[in-house]
Order: sequence, then structure tokens, then C-alpha cells
Amino acid sequence: MRRLLLKRLLQLVAVSWGVGTLTFILMRALPGDIAYRIAASRYGMDAVDSRAAELVRQELGLDRSVWATYWQWLGDLLQWNLGTSLVSGQAVTGALWHMLAHSLLLALVGILLAALIAIPLGLAAAHWGGWLDRFTLLLSTALRAVPVYVIGLLAVLLFALELDWLPVAGFGTPAHLVLPALTLALSLAAVSNRVVRTEAARVFDAPFYEFARTKGLSSRQAFTHHGIRNIAAPVVAFFGVQLITVVEGVVMIESLFSWPGVGHGLAHAIFARDIPLIQGTALVMGALFVVLNTLVDLACHSLDPRGGQLS
Amino acid sequence: MTLLSKAQRWGAALLSLLLLFAFLAPLLGSGNAATQDLSNILTLPDRHHWLGTDQFGRDMWLRLADALQLSLALALLCVLTSASIGVLLGVLAATGPAWLDRLLDGITTMILALPGLVLVLIFAALLPGSFWMLYVAISLIQWIEYFRVTRVITRRLVHSPEVQSSRLMGFGAGYLFRRHFWPAIAPQLVTLAPFGAANAILTMASLGFIYVGIQPPLAELGLMIVEHFPYYSDAPWLLAQPLLVLALLVLSCHLLGRSTER
Repeated sequence: MRRLLLKRLLQLVAVSWGVGTLTFILMRALPGDIAYRIAASRYGMDAVDSRAAELVRQELGLDRSVWATYWQWLGDLLQWNLGTSLVSGQAVTGALWHMLAHSLLLALVGILLAALIAIPLGLAAAHWGGWLDRFTLLLSTALRAVPVYVIGLLAVLLFALELDWLPVAGFGTPAHLVLPALTLALSLAAVSNRVVRTEAARVFDAPFYEFARTKGLSSRQAFTHHGIRNIAAPVVAFFGVQLITVVEGVVMIESLFSWPGVGHGLAHAIFARDIPLIQGTALVMGALFVVLNTLVDLACHSLDPRGGQLS
Repeated sequence: MTLLSKAQRWGAALLSLLLLFAFLAPLLGSGNAATQDLSNILTLPDRHHWLGTDQFGRDMWLRLADALQLSLALALLCVLTSASIGVLLGVLAATGPAWLDRLLDGITTMILALPGLVLVLIFAALLPGSFWMLYVAISLIQWIEYFRVTRVITRRLVHSPEVQSSRLMGFGAGYLFRRHFWPAIAPQLVTLAPFGAANAILTMASLGFIYVGIQPPLAELGLMIVEHFPYYSDAPWLLAQPLLVLALLVLSCHLLGRSTER
């Protein structure tokens, strides 16, 4: 257990260092004089002159040697001093908290919705089989063959443009949350309902489950006492694998629906070449990924304390 | 291993069809995928433009073939690079000194700590619109899977009686790899490679969607979906074309990757 947590902590450090270094290289690799680039994105292409560039150079300390700047860059990172956005001039940390709240809301609702879709569907497919099983297999295969933003686009076409039930994009009211969360949920459930089905079928066919039924338990009792936990352990472990889908889905879905979260921030920062913001958002996504992975590990451990998966 | 499952046969057939289209279409149709014809935009398929034209009057038949070629090239390059690096390092980690194993394990842990798409995004930011940067970034993530599988298989084999006796007889590393390790690794690659290809294709399309991947006017499936979306009410068939091609391409890879027993 302790080894696992130590490994996750190491990953957290690695994420910070990796993101910090990559964004530093990014800063240095920008073509042309970086001071002019930053001044251009701040004041607009027309308002750039050598005086503005000089101001930026002094403010950001761009005239010192590469290594000195690199150490300072890492030192700032260590103190959680992420600087200010090159474009808006706002402190990155403040913007990040704002974005993080929106992203977490989207991810949470999406995951819950995915569970609500995948678990009943998977259990039903395992229990009844037949056409329901084939139908869910077909649907899952189709959904997996398209990128997540295509699911979102089709949802927008259907629910927002054709039926006019929900807003196309934006945020503020609960109605704005429905389509992004549904898109995320569908992309997650496309795979996980099959995992639930496979695991449920395995448990229903297992000798211990048959014995539980033979000794006189009702099908309901057998399911609650012998089924749920045995099905849950591998399904939760699989959720750890799916976390990557969550994080990547969040980037795509937020960009599609203009949801003001971390992924949207990252895509925009890359488009505007706003390096402190790229660093901040990438850092938050990496850290979030590691923390969520740790939580999944802990959940697996408490569901199945015999260990085995934990290494 | 020589016998393909039913799903794999379907996948192979679909993929060959797409390959045929990608490489024969430019020969059959005349003209250039980038030629604009602004007096002839958003047309339905007709005798001159077999799949219609897009918002700039460019021929969709040719543009789709171009986009398919790009996706297939990226998938092939990524799979070849990441598989060879992954297998090589995997065998080295399992047979080499312990410090090498620990070092490689540390590197993979580090890379896996960051979600793949975020890493690709940062790389894409380094050189926007560069095909080669995408290729490097995607391969950098994908080799890990091959590495892990190879390491597990090889480690199990290293202490097996047959490898031990081959060693005692004085056979070199090359022979051990060919005779013992490769036959055990290869069947796994048959499953891993198509999924890797599908992921590479999806990643490029996703980047195109948020405007950090391949830049216009180059034809790329994800980018085409975004470009055609504003015209969906005037020309729904236009939006449907890249969507369908992308879905079929990924589906064919997924089918190919179905292992034989399922």
C-alpha cells in the first residue's frame, strides 16, 4: 500500500517536472523574438514596436541565460507561482481554480451518468442475453469507432438544432450541462457496459453463485450478497483504465461546448500560445489524473482487500 | 494464428477497400484536391465530382482520398516505430541488467502520469501543424504498451528450461530472440497494433478538431468535419462523408484487433 502511494507521489513530481520543462522548451522554441510574440498577443499585432517588446523583455526577464531562466522557472513552479497569463494578464492560479470547478462538475456528472447507463444495461445484457446483448454490442462498437467530439456533434445536431430542446453551447444553467455530460457519459458507457456485461456473466456462471442459488437464496439475495461485490471489483479497476478517456474527453468536449473548464483553457492557451496558461492547465490535468488514479486504487483495495492488483 | 476470425476477416476486407480508395481514387478522378471552384460550391455528387464539392468547390472525392492517405500514413508510421522501439526495449529490460529495467520502468511511469492527449497537445504546440511532431508525440506514448507486454512475456520466458538450455549451448542474443522471444511476442502484436493504429488516427482527428493538428488547406478527416459543420443544413452529405470514412477506418482497425478466441 505504502509503495503504491509513494509511486503515485513520484508520478506527481514527474508530472510537474515534465510539464514545466516541456513548456519551458516551448517558450524557448517559439520562432522569432519571444518578447515580440508576447507583446503581439498582448497588445495586438498593430501595436507592437520595439519599446513594447523591451518592456515585455524586462518584465519577464527574457534577457538572461537559458539555464538561469530554467532554474528560476522550476523554482517558481515549486512555489506554485505559475505567473500571469500572457494574454489576459490575470494570475494563472486564480483562473485555474475557476476552470477546475467547472471541469470537475462536468467530469463528475458525466461519470455518474455513465454509471447509470452502463451498469443497468450491462447487467440486463448479461441476464437476458439474446437481442439485447447483440444490440448493446452493436451500439458500443459504433460509438467506439468515432472520436468523442463526433458523438457531441451528433448530440448537438439532434437535441439542440433539430429538436431545439437544449442550448447548443455555453454554461450557466443546468440545461447547459446536459449535452456535454451526456456526450462524456456515452463515450464512457460505450466501453464500460460491455465490461459490466462480461463480469456479470462470469459471476452468474460461477460455481459459487450457483451454489448460493441452490442453497435456497432468492435471486435477489444471491445478487446482493454474492453478486455485487464480485462484479464491482473488476469494474472499478477498469474504471481506472477509463480515466484517460475521461481526461481526454474533457478536453474535447469542453472545446466543443465552450464549457469554461481546464480542457477548454488548455486548447485555447495552445491556440494563443499563452505559455503560462498552457503550463498551468497541463499541470492541473496531469495532477488530477494522478489523484484520480490513486482514488481508484484505494477503491479497488477496499472492494477486494485480498490485494493482487495492488503492486 | 494463421486463421483469422470472422471479425478480423471483415476488418481486413474493410481496410483493403479503404486502402484501394485512398490510392486508386486520385488516379481515376482528374484534377487536384486543392483546386478551388467558387462558382461551383456545395454541389451534389455528379459526373464531374463523384462525391460533390465542398464549401470552396474542391472535389470531395480527391480530398477524401488525400485525407485517408494522411491518416493511414500516420497510423502505419506510429505503429511501426512504437512497436519496434517497444519490443526492443522490452526484451532488453527483461534480459538486461536490473538497473536498465528500473530505469525504463521509471521512464514509463513518468510518461503514463500525463494523459496522452495532453502530452500530444503540448508537443503540437511546439510546432503547430506539423505532421512529424504529431508522429513523434503519438509514438512517444504508444511504445509503452508494446514495451510492457514484451517485457512481461520475455521475463516469463527467460527462466524457462528451453531458453536456459539454448543459453547453455552458447546461442547468442539474436538467436534467442528469433527462436524463443519473437514467436511468443508476435501474436500479441497482432492485437496491439490495430488498436494502436486506431488510436493514432483518432488522436490526429481530435487535434484537427481543436485546430492544433494539421492545418488547412491540407485535407485531414477531423479538420474536414469541423470545416463542414457550419454547412450541415445546406449540405448534410458533405458533413457525413468525412464522418463516415473516419468511422469506417477506425472500425476496420478495431475489427482487425479482435483476438481470435472471441
